[in-house]
Parts: sequence; C-alpha cells; structure tokens
Amino acid sequence: MSLTKAERTIILSMWDKISTQADAIGTEALERLFTSYPQTKTYFPHFDLRPGSVHLRVHGAKVVAALGDAVKSIDNVAGALTKLSELHAYILRVDPVNFKLLSHCLLVTVASHFPADFTADAHTAWDKFLSIVSCVLTEKYR
Amino acid sequence: MVHLTAEEKSAVTALWSKVKVDEVGGEALGRLLVVYPWTQRFFDSFGDLSSPNAIMSNPKVKAHGKKVLNSFSDGLKNLDNLKGTFAKLSELHCDQLHVDPENFKLLGNVLVCVLARHFGKEFTPQVQGAFQKVVTGVANALAHKYH
Repeated sequence: MSLTKAERTIILSMWDKISTQADAIGTEALERLFTSYPQTKTYFPHFDLRPGSVHLRVHGAKVVAALGDAVKSIDNVAGALTKLSELHAYILRVDPVNFKLLSHCLLVTVASHFPADFTADAHTAWDKFLSIVSCVLTEKYR
Repeated sequence: MVHLTAEEKSAVTALWSKVKVDEVGGEALGRLLVVYPWTQRFFDSFGDLSSPNAIMSNPKVKAHGKKVLNSFSDGLKNLDNLKGTFAKLSELHCDQLHVDPENFKLLGNVLVCVLARHFGKEFTPQVQGAFQKVVTGVANALAHKYH
C-alpha cells in the first residue's frame, strides 16, 4: 500500500495546519487512546496519565514530532523512522494491535480539530499514511 | 452487554439528540466505501461508486446510510439488550447478506470519526469513549447470530 500523489499533497498541506497545534493534538490523541482503550495504559505504568499531566503533554508532543518526521520524508517513511522502528521492536515491544488504536484516535482528533479539511479523501489519505507508519514501526518485530 | 456508566449513557443520549441521523448515516456509509474500498463488494447494485465524489453524492448510498443509522438509533434506545434488538438483523447479515462482521467494526469507527467531525470539541475523549463502547456493542450484537 502506498500513497498516491494526491494523497501525499493532502497530507503535506494538512500537516502545515496540524503542526501549528502539534503538541495539543498529540496530547489529545493520547488522552483519547487511554480513555477509549484503557488496556493501552499498561504500557505506561511509570506515567501520570491524568488529563493535563506533564507526562501526557511531553509524550504527545514526541508522538506528533515523529509523525512530522514521517511527513517530511513522506517518500521514505521507513528511512525516517528506522530508529523508532528498532525502539518499538526491541525495547518497547508494544503489541501491534495498539498501532491501529492510536491511529484511530489520531484520526478522531484531526477530524474534530479540522472538520472542513477532513473530507472523505483526506480521511482516506490519513488512514493510509498512519497504516504505513504503523507498518514501519512493527516491521522489525520478528 | 454494554456497560456504560450513568454519565456515559447521558453523554451518548445528549449528543445523539443533536445528530442529523439522515445526513450522518449517508456520510458514514459513504466514507466506509471511500476509505475501505473493498467494502464496495456488498453494493454492486448501487450504481456509480467510481470516485469519492460519486460515492458521497450517490443517492442509494445516502438512502442506505439513513436506514443503517436509524437502526443504530434503535440500538441506542435499548443499550441493555443490544443482542435482542439486533437478533433479526444479525441473522440477515449472516444468512442473506454474507457480510464479514469485521465490517461492523470498520463502520463503527468511521461513524466515530464522522461524529468527531460534526461535533468538534464537544466530542471529548469521554464522549468518544462512551461511543466506542456503543459501537463495539452494536458490532458484537450484529455478529452474535453468525454460525
């Protein structure tokens, strides 16, 4: 699965807007993840996961920054995320099912912040892009 | 069985009362067919599904989306007995329509995205959490009679 030219354009132009609220979006996506899918909290026993916590804000910012790296190298996401891929495979070992859950929460967050931009085409582009990122992050698992 | 707290139940009911079921149904079904094109396999008789624009403006998609969401609305009135409420529909989807239950999960999540788009900030993480429980409950109820 790869992005069409049109989908790449959509991602790049929406990213311009998203990056102005990057930290808030990352934090909100994580809040949504932990609220809708409480089992995902098992990966963060060392975090204060209450809404507004510093841990959430810092980690949300990290997640979105990584997505930004992927967007900037949209033609070579695997190259951009090599280190993160290794981290998830050898250290974090987050079960692959959770990437779908976080991807869904990122979509919901983007949809709620950018209703006019989140057309059916944009929905498709983002769903595909996040699938590609998820694949890259689980690629070295075994 | 869906286990919603009293707060979650009232959050769901409050939000749903503002939902334009006709529009949201058509948009959710349309987006399912656009974002997950393999789901078009069930809709050969729907005419032009050749592009996202064609799909989103297709009158059969809109009509069917309305039907689906009205049915979902029924579920919301019977959260304590989703399996009973959707028993006949479950048999229909298995025996006549031959729909893989995975599709119910896909549609449920698309519906959540559409609600987020329509309600913005009001669709808080807590409201989303309540709706995720509902869409999972409905998807399970629709799959319950499969054999």
